[in-house]
Amino acid sequence: MLEYKMPSLGADMESGFLREWRVKPGDKIRKGDIIAEVETQKGIVEIEVFDEGVIGELLVGADEQVPVGRSMATILTEAEAAGKTPEPAKAVTEKTMAPPHHIRSSPLARKIAAEKGIDIAAIQGTGPEGAVTRDDVEHALAAQAAPPAAALAKHKEVEPARPEEKPVTPAVEAPPTAPKEPAKATVTSAESIRMAVAAAMSKSNREVPHYYLETRIDMRPALTWLAEANKQRPVKERLLPAVLLVKAVAKALNDVPELNAWWEDGLQRKESINVGYVVALRTGGIMVPTIHEADTKSLDEIMLALNDLIPRARALRLRSSELADSTITVTSLGEGGVETVFGVIYPPQVALVGFGGITEQPWAENGMLTVRPILTATLAADHRASDGSTGSKFLNAIKTYLQHPDKL
Amino acid sequence: MTHEEIKQTLLQRLKSIAPDTEPGQLQPDDNIRQTLGIDSFDYLQFIVALDEQFGIETPEEDYGKIQTLRELMVYVGARVKP
Repeated sequence: MLEYKMPSLGADMESGFLREWRVKPGDKIRKGDIIAEVETQKGIVEIEVFDEGVIGELLVGADEQVPVGRSMATILTEAEAAGKTPEPAKAVTEKTMAPPHHIRSSPLARKIAAEKGIDIAAIQGTGPEGAVTRDDVEHALAAQAAPPAAALAKHKEVEPARPEEKPVTPAVEAPPTAPKEPAKATVTSAESIRMAVAAAMSKSNREVPHYYLETRIDMRPALTWLAEANKQRPVKERLLPAVLLVKAVAKALNDVPELNAWWEDGLQRKESINVGYVVALRTGGIMVPTIHEADTKSLDEIMLALNDLIPRARALRLRSSELADSTITVTSLGEGGVETVFGVIYPPQVALVGFGGITEQPWAENGMLTVRPILTATLAADHRASDGSTGSKFLNAIKTYLQHPDKL
Repeated sequence: MTHEEIKQTLLQRLKSIAPDTEPGQLQPDDNIRQTLGIDSFDYLQFIVALDEQFGIETPEEDYGKIQTLRELMVYVGARVKP
């Protein structure tokens, strides 16, 4: 029997709120299946499982705050499951069951309903025990415009359960429930993201001794190749320069694996090259979704991955592996017009590559002065994990790959 | 398709690509990407949507000609089939 524990979805995460189970005891699961939705400071995250087997017990109930590392469910092998009829998670079910007159709803659903002035009592819930979920509220909003009067009626319903609303049956061997977050309704997602970024970056600046390197790269070969390649492609399949940059970073990590690592009680090199790509949110803050195994992906596959990840990052709808697996971060601020980016490493990673904009600049080569499209690439690296010579080798490898885009 | 219909379609498409923006507040000569905070990935999706919606084909070298609402309306208006 295995235990599935609340994963850490970033250096800043201490706990998350279980919002919905997507599985029940007895369900067969495979690696990569989504078993739950957890709300973090970075939005609702779909939690994936990395084992195969059968769900045994669900150990936490909807809307419970679960610290990172606490067991959320048990996973049985097929043989274990065959020898035992899975029991429903009684303790959890009973513990979280509210008296019939109380309308069960997730805090996020209540928050959205309150913000939009919709009467949550009028919404048919589809969550556990008929709880009203975020999706239910969004569907209700889409289906009808909420009458203004609903805003007046909603307050009673959106209040958290009162202390006298005891569970129907006392909880049995259930983990203690952390207090519900009282300030939740007043914290916007933009503020929440800001706090998450603040926590991670403060930790980085406090703990990680950064060193910085910079190099200029002639992008004429890459841009010429890209323009030719895009001419042959329908608009849907065109590539953007960022794709070349991500692939060049991933390939350079094959050459300099010292930077594809985490620092957690010492240096831990990572086998898979998972590139985190910084997405700026229009409301402020950033999300850094992961492009898994970017070194093995074609340019088209990286483009597809980014086209999928960027809108979901902006909508705060990412999966756990897309938030937690990055082994290096790439930030490209060129579109904002800056030339050079000196980044802050996202712990526990040990390196961050920054790309500025591509601008025409004087360029001396073979004794001749000319004008070329120039990109400034920087490396912020953790001096505990690597030294300047390693960083220099890595930036030069990126530069070399970008001179031969047809080989990317 | 009338001038106004093209404009409304463009605004709807922008809204669907970047739901957290207010394309309706764009002035005719505002740079769309800068004003709405749309990056190159969003903008490429917008071009894809335009091509599908209006049945046109926008080559990459034309991207620089369609930076504002006014430019877009002229560009699309000249290419869309009546």
